[in-house]
Amino acid sequence: MSLTIDRLEEEFQAKIDAGQNIEPKDWMPEKYRKTHIRQISQHAHSEIVGMLPEGNWIGRAPSLRRKVALLAKVQDEAGHGLYLYSATETLGISRDELFEQLHSGKAKYSSIFNYPTLSWADIGAIGWLVDGAAIINQVMLTRTSYGPYARAMVRICKEESFHQRQGYEIMLTLCRGTEVQKELAQDALNRWWWPSLMMFGPRDADSTHTEQSMKWKIKRKTNDELRQQFIDITVPQAEFLGLTVPDPDLKWNEERGHYDFGAIDWDEFWQVVKGNGPCNKERLDARRSAYENGAWVREAAMAYAEKQEQKRLAEVG
Amino acid sequence: MSTTNWPLWEVFIRSKSGLEHRHVGSLHAADAKMAMENARDVYTRRQEGVSIWVVPSSAITASNPAHSGELFEPAQDKAYRHPTFYDLPNELKHI
Repeated sequence: MSLTIDRLEEEFQAKIDAGQNIEPKDWMPEKYRKTHIRQISQHAHSEIVGMLPEGNWIGRAPSLRRKVALLAKVQDEAGHGLYLYSATETLGISRDELFEQLHSGKAKYSSIFNYPTLSWADIGAIGWLVDGAAIINQVMLTRTSYGPYARAMVRICKEESFHQRQGYEIMLTLCRGTEVQKELAQDALNRWWWPSLMMFGPRDADSTHTEQSMKWKIKRKTNDELRQQFIDITVPQAEFLGLTVPDPDLKWNEERGHYDFGAIDWDEFWQVVKGNGPCNKERLDARRSAYENGAWVREAAMAYAEKQEQKRLAEVG
Repeated sequence: MSTTNWPLWEVFIRSKSGLEHRHVGSLHAADAKMAMENARDVYTRRQEGVSIWVVPSSAITASNPAHSGELFEPAQDKAYRHPTFYDLPNELKHI
């Protein structure tokens, strides 16, 4: 029996090494399956919870143009959640179980969404920085080994670039506006910069999952590589806005060809991951109540469908 | 049927310039009408399609990847099904 498993694992690894995708009906190590259920579902939860901080400002968007753009972005995030829940379900778990994991606190979502949106400028900062960081991660994941996950990423990446451009356009408008508007923009950057860097996860040295993830081509680049890529791309964008990145140690390193940057507060990161961020409770309460209050709609839809089906059978029978 | 477990549907879209419907994803819906409307809402937000098919996933029979070898074996040694197998002089046009 163990000989067969060894053989299956060898063939599985050979497929990965050859750059082939793994599909739902293919044999896979149990750990590969479980890791993907965790990672893809947490990505899905992040999309849905991520609708909340931005949804907060739809009613107060300063113009119709801003309102339609923000509404469309938040709708897109719901769709992204759907693609990712669908991808997770191919691994043998139901939507109900996934929600149960989220609502009980068993499953996590990206900790960036545990921060509050305090001003309209935050909507600009989120689109520019949070979606910007997500794009870098998601472009990398379009080459992930599990087929359904990679294909979901391709679709998401196409849609994500409008999200970032929408955010940057807001920042640009504020920075070209009044003194108060400029200050709002700088304040938002000050609050969202470091949490955005934390989106890439712990340092490689502290990341327990990274080695296996790279071997199975779940991750194609490490946390630190992606974080550096984000900083290198984003700093010139901040300079263009005339804003100051809140990092006194930020400096271009000619020798490395990258920006050197200051120390991240990992205590804050772990506190927020553990549930002690500013909005963790609020986010989960909102999701639980949405699910509970929407139960009657799901039940009514099903009851109606069954009734129609009975009618149809009675007519033909 | 469970009150909360909506069946799964596969969504196929044909684009304006497309010749065939392509699989774009899946969703849960209580019935065909809801599946169609949700497919429209999720998968044609940027005018991706002019035609939508929604199919209950249970209606789809998929080939077993473990048997791909034997299933697709017949075509492996039939190069004569390809135009390049046939050697004709270069001067010939339109053939």
